[in-house]
Amino acid sequence: MSLKQESRAIDDKSANRCAADPRLWVSKYADYLYTYAIGRVESQELAQDLVQETFLCALEHLKQFEGRSTEQTWLTAILKNKIYDNFRCKATAFLTSKAQLEGMDHEQVFFNDDGHWQDRYRPAYFGLNDPDVIGNKELQDILRKCLDKLPGMWLAIFTMRYVDEEKAKVICKELKVTSSNFWVIIHRAKISLRECLQKNWR
Amino acid sequence: MTAKRKIVNDCEMATFFIEKSQFTKLTPYEYCYMTFHLAFCSMCRMFQKQSKLITEMTKKVLHLSGKRKLKLDKNFKKQLQAKIEDRL
Repeated sequence: MSLKQESRAIDDKSANRCAADPRLWVSKYADYLYTYAIGRVESQELAQDLVQETFLCALEHLKQFEGRSTEQTWLTAILKNKIYDNFRCKATAFLTSKAQLEGMDHEQVFFNDDGHWQDRYRPAYFGLNDPDVIGNKELQDILRKCLDKLPGMWLAIFTMRYVDEEKAKVICKELKVTSSNFWVIIHRAKISLRECLQKNWR
Repeated sequence: MTAKRKIVNDCEMATFFIEKSQFTKLTPYEYCYMTFHLAFCSMCRMFQKQSKLITEMTKKVLHLSGKRKLKLDKNFKKQLQAKIEDRL
């Protein structure tokens, strides 16, 4: 390849790289982004809104798309930020709402003052001791319902941890939660989940 | 209450470390606290086993909801397309 051809090829490549065509976004990426959002926020309405916000935000910042990544990766990164913004709102609301904070106190009933399990909340054998149970559809449905009962912020933390595989430090930073609050929430969430499963299974 | 007795009795703290250990490496003190407590407390041993299974199941349930292939409502897409065209 001559130098001229080579330089034209590079120009073509960079032209392709930089091409963003918003007219095709809905047909190419809307379903993908919607599925991505639903996997993290569950509510269909909220997922729709987030996809819309993503496209509109991307339009406003079209000049910033430098073609270093694909359009899909760029749009997904914007959507992820939007989802984390939503999680952050939940976290802020949770940490500033008196009612929610009072709700957190319910955990105290799981333990006596000396730290012992309260009699009625003691962990008992209820069929969740066998690793094969993880694939049990019925138990998965109960877990889903128990997860939905958790305050939004707790579910947000689980989602960031288990779906996006974020580290504790990143979750704390994104949600603006202190490290000690984070561990307390994780602890309370798991104890509540276990109790909910024990109560509703069989 | 002696320190040893406190550790044996304090299920709340032990379960806290059980949860923390699933996210990050415990400090030597936290690890010893948890291990010592678990040696004496069958309820927390059961909690630990169940908690790990709940973690695995939660991962599975959350991943399953992300794997569903969903489609946005057609009308919503049309409106969205119009909004984009308007702003171009």
